[in-house]
Amino acid sequence: MSVTTETTYSSASQAMPIGTPRHHIIIFAVLLGLLLIAPFLLYPVFIMKILCFALFASALNLLLGFGGLLSFGHAAFFGSASYVTAHAAKVWGLTPEVSILLGTGSAAILGLLIGALAIRRQGIYFAMVTLAFAQMVFFFALQAPFTGGEDGIQAVPRGNLFGVLSLADDRTLYFVVLAIVFGGLLAIYRIIHSPFGQVLKAIRDNEPRSISLGYKVNRYKLAVFVMSAALAGLAGSTKSLVFQLASLTDVYWTMSGEVVLMTLLGGMGTIFGPFVGAAVIVTMQNYFASFGAWVTILQGTIFVISVLLFREGIVGVLSKWIKKPL
Amino acid sequence: MSAPDIILSARQLTKRFSGFTAVNGVDLDVERGTIHALIGPNGAGKTTCFNLLTKFLQPSAGTIKFNGRDITSMAPAAIARLGVVRSFQISAVFPRMSVLENVRIALQRRRGDSFDFWRNQKVLNDYDAEARERIEEVGLTEFIGETAGELSYGRKRALEIATTLALEPEMLLLDEPMAGMAQEDVSRISALIRRISAKRTILMVEHNLSVVADLSDKITVLARGEVLAEGPYETVSKDPRVIEAYIGAGHG
Ligand SMILES: Nc1ncnc2c1ncn2[C@@H]1O[C@H](COP(=O)(O)OP(=O)(O)OP(=O)(O)O)[C@@H](O)[C@H]1O
Ligand SMILES: [Mg+2]
Repeated sequence: MSVTTETTYSSASQAMPIGTPRHHIIIFAVLLGLLLIAPFLLYPVFIMKILCFALFASALNLLLGFGGLLSFGHAAFFGSASYVTAHAAKVWGLTPEVSILLGTGSAAILGLLIGALAIRRQGIYFAMVTLAFAQMVFFFALQAPFTGGEDGIQAVPRGNLFGVLSLADDRTLYFVVLAIVFGGLLAIYRIIHSPFGQVLKAIRDNEPRSISLGYKVNRYKLAVFVMSAALAGLAGSTKSLVFQLASLTDVYWTMSGEVVLMTLLGGMGTIFGPFVGAAVIVTMQNYFASFGAWVTILQGTIFVISVLLFREGIVGVLSKWIKKPL
Repeated sequence: MSAPDIILSARQLTKRFSGFTAVNGVDLDVERGTIHALIGPNGAGKTTCFNLLTKFLQPSAGTIKFNGRDITSMAPAAIARLGVVRSFQISAVFPRMSVLENVRIALQRRRGDSFDFWRNQKVLNDYDAEARERIEEVGLTEFIGETAGELSYGRKRALEIATTLALEPEMLLLDEPMAGMAQEDVSRISALIRRISAKRTILMVEHNLSVVADLSDKITVLARGEVLAEGPYETVSKDPRVIEAYIGAGHG
């Protein structure tokens, strides 16, 4: 396994206590600045799509890049949250924030169930178990009466935030989505840079050693699995309000694959990689939509090339280049 | 003379791997406050014994007691929490973390705030002073900010010991702690092991017989999964069966 961190430190930096690196704060600030003006320059729904997938990929990256667990079933959380939110908003007529909370909560509970069974397995078997459960969720979504089968749940009302602010306007909704996604990204950043995150990294680096130090590793794995599922759910819930649609695509296995692709392309185990990966893939899908099935082939090709050329992903390579964690 | 105070004891410890018996009916008593060495030719079952005692492997038969309490059915993390901490034959550091972070992980477990996912990791700076002490003890101060994976083999071993010591375990199980170390490091770590043994019990696998002779109060010799001899170095080293087992295995 390659080591991405710098090799030598000056004696000055040795004495430096850990904290939030300044360049991370700057990147977050610049990103926020750009995202605040973006809806005036670009189509808001398009950026909202990027934002939702950026959150989704970052949630997966929390599990994969920092927990060392590859889930091939994250569509289950994204999709089920999407359905629950759509149902809550449309059938029960609940406000958007409550609908989103319900969707996110459902994903967390589902994450607890699937995670409790999956973390007993290691490596590829873990991935297979998550995939298997995600397929069960897919078939449930296909058969259950309230999901609308092939049609999904359409024309989901965006409603009024807290019952007062109408989200019908794309630009109004945009700032709400931005707040949700940015909040989610900051939460992930904090989790990674918390005492808990430190233990996660230790388990990822050397599980037997973590056990020998007395860490009950399965509890940490389950905890990060649930967090990741909940955040993936938050992304799915938000998405269903943006597109006013929850459909089988959200729970299909290709969705699980796509989010893994975004994470790897951007750089797994980096802070900003999943965002970049999501932006690249969503943009590609958007601009090449007219090529039909070719988009899939193009995506596959990009994936193969990126895996062969820069295994650390776009941001991973950049990070090596400037010798700073990104 | 009163009865010896036994901290860790195993009775009829056995491990079978699909037909092959790696550890066969081993009885072992480790006396509190001593340095007890487990030696034997390659493949004798020493590491397997360690894995059984710390429950990294499930024994096929036998019982293990720590401080009189039966720990045979406990999980490995739980045994570590009781105060029995092991090291690994293949150096076990957290390769992508710095030397300081490695030691801090151990301190963090001991103090128990490891599920705090909402707090800034800056709170871990509280552990720095103690971590630095542990690092100083093993002579790694100048590498404190270095990524553990990039240390030389001997320094990784030293870091591993520092990390283990940070837990202040009642008992340490060290699997070849000096393997791959330069002579000056061997002396330093020997001295450290002797120093820490004042308050703790140490069970150690070591191939370097001069270190064993120098440090250990008692030696158990394993061969082909069974206890061949036991006693102080002077007796054991003259035992013809021990000499034969070593010569037979090419150790000379
Ligand atoms: N997981 C396993 N499955 C099958 N056989 C094993 C397993 N672990 C160890 N063995 C076998 O058990 C025997 C004892 O191995 P062990 O590692 O305990 O020896 P050791 O005394 O530590 O040797 P060394 O001095 O080389 O470290 C060896 O023959 C080894 O091949
Ligand atoms: Mg061994």
